[in-house]
Amino acid sequence: MTAARSFARRSSDWLPPVVVFVAVLVVWEVSFLALQVKAFLIPRPTVIAGALVDQWPILSRGLRYTGSEALFGLLTGVALGTAAGLATARWPTARQALIPIGTGMSTIPIIAFAPITLNWFGLESPLPRITIVALMTFFPVMVNTIRGLTEVDPAALELMASYAAPEGAVIRRLRIPNALPYWFTALRIAVTLSVIGAVVGEFFGGPQYSIGNYVTNMTGQFKYPNAWAAIIIACALGISLYLVAVAAERIVMPWHRRREALGQQ
Amino acid sequence: MADQDPAGALVVEATGVGKTFGDAETSVTALQDIDLSIRSGEFVSLIGPSGCGKSTLLRLIGDLTSPSGGSIKVNGKPAQRARLDRDYGMVFQAPVLMDWRTVAKNIELPLEIMGYAAAERAKRSAELTKLVELEGFEGRHPWQLSGGMQQRVAIARALAFDPKLLLMDEPFGALDEMTRERMNLELMRIWSRTKTTIVFVTHSIPEAVFLSTRVVVMSARPGRISKIVDIDLPQPRNVDTRETERYFELVTEVREALRSREREAAAPDVDRIRAEGLA
Repeated sequence: MTAARSFARRSSDWLPPVVVFVAVLVVWEVSFLALQVKAFLIPRPTVIAGALVDQWPILSRGLRYTGSEALFGLLTGVALGTAAGLATARWPTARQALIPIGTGMSTIPIIAFAPITLNWFGLESPLPRITIVALMTFFPVMVNTIRGLTEVDPAALELMASYAAPEGAVIRRLRIPNALPYWFTALRIAVTLSVIGAVVGEFFGGPQYSIGNYVTNMTGQFKYPNAWAAIIIACALGISLYLVAVAAERIVMPWHRRREALGQQ
Repeated sequence: MADQDPAGALVVEATGVGKTFGDAETSVTALQDIDLSIRSGEFVSLIGPSGCGKSTLLRLIGDLTSPSGGSIKVNGKPAQRARLDRDYGMVFQAPVLMDWRTVAKNIELPLEIMGYAAAERAKRSAELTKLVELEGFEGRHPWQLSGGMQQRVAIARALAFDPKLLLMDEPFGALDEMTRERMNLELMRIWSRTKTTIVFVTHSIPEAVFLSTRVVVMSARPGRISKIVDIDLPQPRNVDTRETERYFELVTEVREALRSREREAAAPDVDRIRAEGLA
């Protein structure tokens, strides 16, 4: 594939959403200006942009802090979830016990534990949010890892048996590659959950400059454009982490994306 | 082949084999009193109506399931020993290729598992890609190939470690008629080139007659061998084989062997066979 064609294909991927996004911003700005919508309801994009520039020193600090919480919580949850999945997939009884529990646990609003985790680790520590994020991301990753390792084509297992393949080879050459699409689906879910968990966790405690705490403070002081600027930062954080996950997926499973593309034609 | 090489070693030896599925109350007898010997270099087809246990018999030879009674020996060893010694290659109805591997890497899969060195794997893979005429497709992924091409990859993979026995479970069952006939010719070419002993499950009478040196006709409920038809068509088989008078006689003989069992069997089976176009 030539570079030009590759660029054309990629631009056809990102161009439509960008055009729609810009159009929405313009309509938002113009119509809110014309209709005189009050800033405490929803401020205009230019007002938010102004607050973003104005508050950048504190917002950038919040981005680093909240981003670290989300990232460390995510890495912990994903690592433990993957390990739990790998450890239990081999034993059917452990798996049958863990899948319903894991599915059940992932429906619990873990964020409700945020005030309690503050008691565990104290108001100054980032550990309450890291714990929340790790818990929120653990279960979907574990459940999907187990599914991916076990929902294998029975004929492929027979093929391996016909080669008298040792268990290690079956895991490495069949179960793990089979689990990758499931695992990356879980990673995408976990990335989204991580930013939500960190920001909402900060509603209950955390330094003044952390994104969640900053949003509650600013709304309390009627500084809505500042709160909106912080929300934009949180969105950008979530999208960035998501794009990293998608990029990792494409690097690790180049064959998967091309097959998907073929399926859509 | 069996006639030309009467001293051919026994590759498969089934004695009094039975297979029952399910527990005591719900048990279904899939196979009963199966005696079958297959010698080196033979091409033996197992044919019969659905539920006659032909696939089960193949899987018993491959030790992918165990018999409820009797014994199965492969190359003079118990079937399990033969599987652990990697004495056979297997081709299923579905190609069962790994999506994440290219054609070349799929063919190399058994070699990787069996610990072949990288250079040897690449060499074998190249030879087999040539044998199944897939040169130029080495770097493709399975989903980029047609059904017939995928099945060729599966055959190449089964032959990669040079097994002396090839077990094929309706390998062309999912292909259209024209692709199937072309694959039959391909398989004849590969068989004459590799001198592999082949056990081939099919529900197509023309396919069984065209390919085989012997056709094992089976009947259902319980699954038994009702007749073994020697196919004395000359080798090598080619497109003209299908137009010879002897070919039609043998097709008729196999068809009648299938039908005579039906008359004795329950009526629903006859309908089933009609529906499948075998009657």
